[in-house]
Amino acid sequence: MRDVVSDIPIRFEQVRLLVRGVTILDNVSITLAAGATTVLIGPNGAGKSTLLRLAMGLARPTGGRITWGGRSDVPPQRRAIVFQRPTMLRRSAAANVSYALAAAGCARVTRPEQVADLLGLVGLRDLARRPARRLSGGEQQRLALARALANDPDVLFLDEPTASLDPAATKAIEDLIRTIAARGIKLVMATHDLGEARRLATEIVLMHRGRIVEHTDAAQFFSAPQTAEAAMFTAGELLV
Amino acid sequence: MQHLRMPETSVIGLILSADPALVGIVRLSLFVSLTAAACAALIGVPFGALLALTRFPGRQAIVVVLNALMGLPPVVAGLAIYLLLSRSGPLGSLGLLFTPQAMIIVQTVLVVPIVAALARQTIEDLWIEYRDELAAMNVGPLGRIATLIRDARLSLVTALLAGFGRATAEVGAVMIVGGNIDGFTRTMTTAIALETSKGDLPLAMSLGLVLIALVIIVNALAWSVRRLDERLAG
Repeated sequence: MRDVVSDIPIRFEQVRLLVRGVTILDNVSITLAAGATTVLIGPNGAGKSTLLRLAMGLARPTGGRITWGGRSDVPPQRRAIVFQRPTMLRRSAAANVSYALAAAGCARVTRPEQVADLLGLVGLRDLARRPARRLSGGEQQRLALARALANDPDVLFLDEPTASLDPAATKAIEDLIRTIAARGIKLVMATHDLGEARRLATEIVLMHRGRIVEHTDAAQFFSAPQTAEAAMFTAGELLV
Repeated sequence: MQHLRMPETSVIGLILSADPALVGIVRLSLFVSLTAAACAALIGVPFGALLALTRFPGRQAIVVVLNALMGLPPVVAGLAIYLLLSRSGPLGSLGLLFTPQAMIIVQTVLVVPIVAALARQTIEDLWIEYRDELAAMNVGPLGRIATLIRDARLSLVTALLAGFGRATAEVGAVMIVGGNIDGFTRTMTTAIALETSKGDLPLAMSLGLVLIALVIIVNALAWSVRRLDERLAG
């Protein structure tokens, strides 16, 4: 059974990550607290995806400390992630969700009903029997979201969930993200799309070259950026 | 040329009349090779999976040797098992030399590297795809292996068919450890070798036809499985 302690807040204390001598994250300290939808923005290679992987617990920092609800080394039972290019298991859409439910320890008898609920939530009930790899990009993203919700997470990480999707598919995903946020699930999302950040964020974390440059309320970030980098980024200039 | 014309009619006759000698030989061949393929699956798939999912010093060397063993000459395998099972060998007391069991052992030795090497490749490729998702879903080591074997199952069946094909077509190993004893350890390939040298071409040719038909069936099965795999997996 689950304990009652939440994985939230997630706290990074002076986290560093080196991969083969290259600094990917440099002295990152941040607290991801309940409630707000945190959007990580910044150019490619800024360290957004890496920060998500560390927060998910898929990689260990070289230096510093990460805690989930005050505890370290917590397995990802109450966290979920949708990768930038999610891998569909070689099964039907329904079987993908069912697998995630089983992995989350959901009882076999209740699984079919939960599969139907989750597929209904993401609007894929009609495609339940379709092989997951045959779905379109947008459908696969939505299936990945359904799968991620299977363990009823405290926090959901989204890595560029709408990259390479057309406007209609993007809107479907963004609507879904709002629905999920409204359920009280903490969202941490990486994007380099300013418009998307504007539409979804309650707080913004601007990253650049492995560091956190600015961490502010979304309204303030866009109206009165504190740093030169943030001003450049919000003005639509290229931050390299 | 006279004696070459004769067989054509008798070849068809032998197959159509289900000649008892011919049926016995085909049945033994299938029994030995199918059992060997099954044993090889039980050993090769878990071994390949283990090799795909673990990292340890010397792993690369094992992978290279395993791939090389796919081309292990059957006569060499036959010689090695012969030495093991011969009266003065370490396992001589079991009295297995010149029995169908010995032939199953030697064909298993030949097929295990094929199954293990192909299973290793298939499972490792799938693991690279699945790794992050399974880690994110907090799936433990046993669950990972089960998932990978399940989702790679059709590719694994193809590997098994390849192994079975090699076993049925092989002659050197079963000849050495089986001894080609009439009605006991005579398989299609050893019978063809013997009957050809004796000059009984009708039996040799009918066995050859059956063997080729079998190889075509096995390959057709492998092809269908691959097609099914593509349809299901997308």
